[in-house]
Formats: sequence, C-alpha cells, structure tokens
Amino acid sequence: MLPRKFASVLVRAVLMRRSLRKFGLTASSRVNPRLAHLFMICSNIKLTGPAESIGIDTFAIHEWNQRDSTMDVQRKLEILADAAKYDASCASSGTEKRDSSDGKGLGSTAPGMGICHSYAPDGRCISLLKVLLTNACNYDCLYCVNRTSSNVPRARFTVDEVVKLTIDFYRRNYIEGLFLSSGIIRSADYTMEQVVSVARKLREEHYFRGYIHLKTIPEADDALIAEAGKYADRLSINIEMPLEKSLAKFAPEKDVRAIRRTMGRLRLKLDEAKENGEIATKAKPPRFAPAGQSTQMIIGADTASDKTILDTSANLYGSYRLKRVYYSAFSPIPDASRALPLVPPPLLREHRLYQADWLMRFYGFDAGEIVDEAKGMLPLDIDPKLTWALRHRDRFPLVVSTASREELLRVPGFGTKAVDRIIATRRLTSIRVADLARLHIPQKKALPFIVLSDHRPSPHLLDGAELTERFKPKTTQLGFGF
Amino acid sequence: MNFITLDSETDFDGWRKAARALALNDVKPSNVTWRVAGDAPELFEPTAAPLEPPPGTFNVPAKFVELAEIAILHRNPERFALLYRLLWRLRSNHDLLDIATDPDVAEVAAMAKAVRREEHKMHAFVRFREVGREQTSHFVAWFEPEHHIVELAAPFFARRFADMPWSILTPDACAHWDGHAVSITPGVSQSEAPTADRLEETWRRYYASIFNPARLKVLAMHKEMPRKYWRNLPEASMIKPLIEDAGRTASAMIANPATEPHKPQKRLEPAKVNDQASEMARKHADDIETLREEAAGCRACPLWKDATQTVFGEGQQTARIMLVGEQPGDKEDLAGKPFVGPAGQMLDRALEEAGIDRRKVYVTNAVKHFKFVPRGKIRLHQKPNTPEIKACRQWYERELAAIKPDLVVAMGATAAQSVFGKITPINKNRGRPIDLDDGTRALVTVHPSYLLRLPDADAKAREYRRFVEDLKIAADALRKSARAA
Repeated sequence: MLPRKFASVLVRAVLMRRSLRKFGLTASSRVNPRLAHLFMICSNIKLTGPAESIGIDTFAIHEWNQRDSTMDVQRKLEILADAAKYDASCASSGTEKRDSSDGKGLGSTAPGMGICHSYAPDGRCISLLKVLLTNACNYDCLYCVNRTSSNVPRARFTVDEVVKLTIDFYRRNYIEGLFLSSGIIRSADYTMEQVVSVARKLREEHYFRGYIHLKTIPEADDALIAEAGKYADRLSINIEMPLEKSLAKFAPEKDVRAIRRTMGRLRLKLDEAKENGEIATKAKPPRFAPAGQSTQMIIGADTASDKTILDTSANLYGSYRLKRVYYSAFSPIPDASRALPLVPPPLLREHRLYQADWLMRFYGFDAGEIVDEAKGMLPLDIDPKLTWALRHRDRFPLVVSTASREELLRVPGFGTKAVDRIIATRRLTSIRVADLARLHIPQKKALPFIVLSDHRPSPHLLDGAELTERFKPKTTQLGFGF
Repeated sequence: MNFITLDSETDFDGWRKAARALALNDVKPSNVTWRVAGDAPELFEPTAAPLEPPPGTFNVPAKFVELAEIAILHRNPERFALLYRLLWRLRSNHDLLDIATDPDVAEVAAMAKAVRREEHKMHAFVRFREVGREQTSHFVAWFEPEHHIVELAAPFFARRFADMPWSILTPDACAHWDGHAVSITPGVSQSEAPTADRLEETWRRYYASIFNPARLKVLAMHKEMPRKYWRNLPEASMIKPLIEDAGRTASAMIANPATEPHKPQKRLEPAKVNDQASEMARKHADDIETLREEAAGCRACPLWKDATQTVFGEGQQTARIMLVGEQPGDKEDLAGKPFVGPAGQMLDRALEEAGIDRRKVYVTNAVKHFKFVPRGKIRLHQKPNTPEIKACRQWYERELAAIKPDLVVAMGATAAQSVFGKITPINKNRGRPIDLDDGTRALVTVHPSYLLRLPDADAKAREYRRFVEDLKIAADALRKSARAA
C-alpha cells in the first residue's frame, strides 16, 4: 500500500494529465467554433480592425492553423495583460489561511503578508496573473485603453485558457493566483458569468487553493455576485473618478450610483459572512470574499483636488469598509483620446496620496486635517505628515517619554512599529538621540519635533520659517524614481 | 577558553544545549569560542570534554527562543557568540528584549529580520522548471539563499505544492518533496539543475506586457527585487531591454495622435439628472413604484452625494397605517430598504407586541438619504437639518397622497417636524391621535433608535413599554376605523 498522501499525488497526476489532454483538444479544435463565437461576443469587436485582432482577420485565422497552439495563447496573453495593467491592485494578502496539504488540489495562501513574485521596472509588484478575459468592450470610457473607440488589437481568452495559464504559472511559482477582469460584453450578467466561470473551474475542478481576485461588474445579478464571493478571495469595483461629474463626462456608460449600490451589496454580504462566522452555534455562513473588497481611483485625468480625492476615499472606507483604495496616476495609453491630459503620469502626486491614505488608515488622521483647506492640494516636495506637523507646531515638541500613542503617531518619521517599540522600551529605560537609528527613525525629520532625555530642540527652530526650508529637497528633482 | 563545536550551520539544538551548560557554569561570553564542524582547521583547538551542566535550570522568555531560532540561520559567523551574550545578559535582566534600543537586542532583531526577509524572498523568487512531461514530471528549482534558510522555507512549498513532486537545489542544502514528506540533502552545484522550462517564454512575455513604460521606477524595483536574485529569475533578462525601450514607448504614446475609431462612436449624453425641484408642484396621486423611480434620482438637497442611494418607503399601497422615521441608517443605505438595521429590528419587535403586522403597514422616512460623517471604518449618523427635511417633504407628501392611510405614526422629532410641517415636541403630543389639516390623523412617538441609545437598562425597558403603548393606540385606531368602514 502506498502512503495516502503519495497515492493522492499519483491520482492527481492522472487527473492532471486528463485535464491537459482536454486542453489539448480544445486547442486543436478551436478554429471554427471561435469565429462564430467571436461574432457572438459583441458588436463592438472591430470586424475591420487591425490585422492583429485575434480571431477576426482571415489571415490571422489562416495563420493560426499553422501555428503551435502555445504561440496563440502567448499573443493573447500579451494583449490581455497589456489591457489589464492599468489596474494598480496587486494584493494577495489578508485572506483566509488555506493550503493543499490535505493532498487534494494545488496551492496555498499567504494571509499575513502577500507574496510579490516579481517586480517590473515600473516598480510594481507582480503577484497575480493579471489579465482580462477579453479586452473587447461595449463601453467608451475615454481614459481606458480598452474603450470601444480605441483601435488596440482585441483578443479573448477561453475559460480553459485562463485556467490552464493560471495553473501552469502557479506550478512554477511565478504567481500567487489570478486577478481576472473583463471588458463589458453583451451585458453585465453575461460578462460576470464568464468571469465567475473561470474561478468556478479553478476551484471546483482543479481544487485550486491560491488567491483569486475578481472584478465585479456593477449591476450584475445578486446570485452571480454571491457565487463570485464564494470562489474569490477579493472582489473589487473601480470607482474610477474622484468626482461624479468626471465619470459622467469620461465614462458615459458608467454610473457612480450603480457602482456604489453594488459596493453596498458587497458590504452587506461581507458583513453577513463575517458575523455568522463569529457565532459558533450557527450553521457555517456562505463563504464570501475573505479578503474583502477594494477599489481604484484614477488621479490626474480630471481636475479633482487632493482634498476631494481623500474625502471620496474616506467616504468609501467608511461606507463600504474597503480594504484598500488604490490611486492610479493617469498614464498615457496607446491610441489615447485627445480629450485627456497626455502628460507623463503624476507619480509623485500618486505617492503623496498613498501616504495620506496611510495616515487615515493607520495613524488616526481624519481626511479633513491632512490637506491644508486653503490649498486643497498636498505639497509634492514634503510628505503629508511632515506638512501637517509644520502647520501644527504648537503641538510640538513632544516629550517622547510621556506622550500618548496617538500623539507619537503624529511625529514626523515615527512609524507604527517604531511607536510600538518606543512604548515597550520607555517603560524600562530612557530614549536618547543615539537610539533613534536602532528604532529606524530618521533623526533629521524627527528631532525638531521631539524631546528626548538628551535632546530638546531650540524654541527658535520650531518658531522659525527656516524649518520648512530644511525639509525641502536640496536640488530640483528631475524625475521621480529614475 | 571554551571551544564549542556545533554539528552544522543551523544546529540550534546543539547551540542551545551548549549555551545552557555554559551559562549554568557561569562561563563569561568573552571566554567562549564557537565554531561549526568542518570549519577551517586553523580554528581547531583540542578541547576539554564538553562541559556538563550542573543540576538546575534557568528560564528565558519564550520570545528569546523564537528569536534565536531564526537569528541563528543568519550567515554572520558571530551569531553564536552574539546570541550567547544576549542569553547571558538576559539572566540578569529578564526584560532586556523589550529594550529595542539596546545594541545587542537591536542587532539580533536585525539578524532575525534579515533571515525572515530572505525566507520571504525565497518563497517569492524560487522558479520551478518542469523535468519530464505531465504525469511523470518533477519540478526542480535552483536558488542561492543568502542565509541558511532552506529548511525554514521548505514547509511553505510542501503546503503549497502538495500534489507535485519538487526539489529546490541550493549550494548549502537541497529540499525535496515526494508527496509525503520533505527531505533535506547536502548542497549541490548549479550544473545539477535544469536550465529551461517550456513556459518561460510565455512568462517573459507576460512580464513585458504587464510593465507600464510610462511609469518607470527602476529604484523601486531594485529595492524589492535586488540584483542578486536576477540571475535565477527567467524574466530578469527582460529588465534591461524594457528599461532601454521605455522612454521611446512612453513618448510615442504621448506624441502619436489618436487614430480614428473604425466604427464611429456615438457619445451618449450623460444620464439626465432628475431635477425634482421643478416638479415639486405635482400633486396628483402617483403609484408608489413610479414615485420610487423618480425619487432615485432626487437632487433636491446635497445629501445624495455622500450616500449610496435614495431609500424610499416600502409597503402595500393599501396600507392603513404609515410609519414615518427620521432617515435611513448605515444598513438601510446599503440595502436600499427602510428599517432593516438595528432600529428596524426594534421596531419589528414592538409592532408585533402591539399586534400590528409590519407587512400591512407602509414604512418610510422623513428624509430619504443617509446623512453621516465618515470616521475610519464607520459612519456616524448626523441629524438632518430643517432645509433638508423641507427639501425631502415633497416625497412624504406624495407618498401620503398615494397611500391615503387612516393614521400616520411619526417616530421621533424629525418625522414629527415633517408630518406636522413644523417643529412638534414629542412628549407634549404623544399618546393621542391628532387631526391633520387634510383629514388624516397623526400619532407622535419616539424613534426606535432612541431606545437603542438609552444607556440605562431600566430606562430602556420603561421607554420600550411606552413605545409599544403608543403603537397599541395606533392598532386601536386602526380597528375602530375598520369597524366604522
């Protein structure tokens, strides 16, 4: 007798081979059904489009017949990853603990800290296979590379192709799982159904235990949303624009109200799954997206101020308990609409907004106090916490040995971990200037605002105008992150 | 001088045993030299028989053992001595580990952190290559860890890839999984590892496509994926060409004019916003569903902006009682239905006790959008002001005209203000039906959320009784009018 676990590996191997054969079959018999299939998808696919459009151009179809099937999937992957990269979300953390050590299935999660398997030269983490099911779309959102009036090449994955790519990549440890979105084809329900069927197949047929993030289509049927939540770790709907009127202008088919109603529906389902989970006596609740929901806002495509953006974020965090609001600096896209500012993306502004967002979520700041009311924008040369401290010098210097946690969190250069360490350490010994480095606190930033056992800033320093100047970058920054 | 020889670079148990014996014999840290079996021979000194620990024991915080187990995997040759010094000092200062500013504590913590980080990076950057195809395939990776973490990191891969046989080869040690257990074998050279995988070209194309050339941030990439890992990452060969090409690609995207769409697009006009203000004069009795649709786009006051949706009234058009609350709360705002949150549950209970079937009443609010301020993850309810109540009154009036109830129950001050068209104190007016100008009768009582807010249990029970009594008056009035009809 083989040990149980090993036997199950062998069984899995057979199953695996079977499913691979199935994929093989799909690949070799795909040509004719696909043509009919694509015509069905939606009227917006460019039937007279660029020669590259997969499955449309007769030459391309002829060429497919000659090609190895992997080539075809590779080209689709290029198109559909290119179409998905403007979604900034990459998290693979915060979900339930799950693994495949029972011998059935593949994969596990890393609940505490997501795993970034690679980084692209844009500094972004590559954690999930982030693709669209199709980049054909009925909508004409000006800021979007996939808008119906753009002439980018179009492609569409089959459900099996995405499933196979996910598993093939996962087995090689390239990814934590799948982030699947899609252009809107036919209807919200049809599109959502397609997206859900990929997740269903991964979970139910391949017992995939890795991370799945699904884009939720606003106004999709409740049953589809419930099913999406059953398979996915995270669901997200993008709010897109900080201002409602910008969305109406740039994305006429999108409706902020529908987006918010769906976020509301998600929160009710998330709450329900969580509440029931806490009561042991009750029947197990339907699983619903244990990593919660998130959204994304595009920065710099409209005229919204940082204050408006942060107010919108605060509203979304409070209303729908979002795990994250992602800020995505509007980036030039291929075949871009002239109606939008085609300038390099405001990366530094995006960075400042993330810092401000952290202040709201982990440092006890309110949206209203982070941005100087009169200006409406966060300064680019100094970080938001330091700016806040410079505007509230009457609250400093702070005596580190006696200050409350809330006060310590507001000191420039003090992170949440450093504050925890200070609180543990100061019970036992005094804290000196030389200790700051061991607490990973930058001296230059913190010293003007704190009193330590061997340090007290000069009163003139806090009163003087030159303090702000001290923190400004010495030389003009030519670019960010180069 | 005491010479201690550990079995291997990761021999934590050997270190622990030796350290305990040394400490119990009061051997000062400066009198110990640590080495690992197989080290350079010049370090070899004949040693006396290993110290026998005298009877007795001593305690260290559990936190120290956890920290030392990880820090000992660091490649720093001083780690054994440093950990012994920390242990030595802990005997006289049990709280030492809480002093994050102590140089020894800081150094050991930094070592443990580096090991943990390297473990995390190993979980991320190991790349398996498939040897053989499908049913007989074996997945093999080559990795060069900075610290001695193979054994530490292996269980993660076993839990994750339980259904496939795999091996991770490194110069220090190799880990293998056969579907049953992890085994560790000595290190090998890179020539033992496979050199290619059929999926790598696909992966590289994905890597190139997911990169956005318009937002080059090379330093950020270097920080999280230091160059030392690149030689074992199949996608790393793309980094240089992608960076070189980025400027050109990005400026082309900015410079190139948009092409004409192949199919002309008709831009839809932005969805027309219902401006209810101009239609306020409409007085004819509408059907509730029509009203509900119309109210969904209401912009008569600014409350719609921050809320999720209009929460309109709900119930049968033939209802004889109309219950009016203040405004929707958090739950109601999300669900789009009135009285589904905690106050709604309180109301349901009271209605049942008063003998009123909720399904037979019409339930609505004086103000139909949720007014709140966000505070972190919650929304704090705000009382609607008079302009907001007035702006929303048109909907109440039209609901009233559509339902034509015998009795309106105004719950709370806001509802009373809306129902009577003026500020109407509750305590002075509760307990008896009051005739309204249009022939309807109204009853005033408290809002169920007032009962939820009362801190004192006795007061809560008393006020709840009064609330039920008020609802019973409504039930009586209803029965009388039914008899009269």
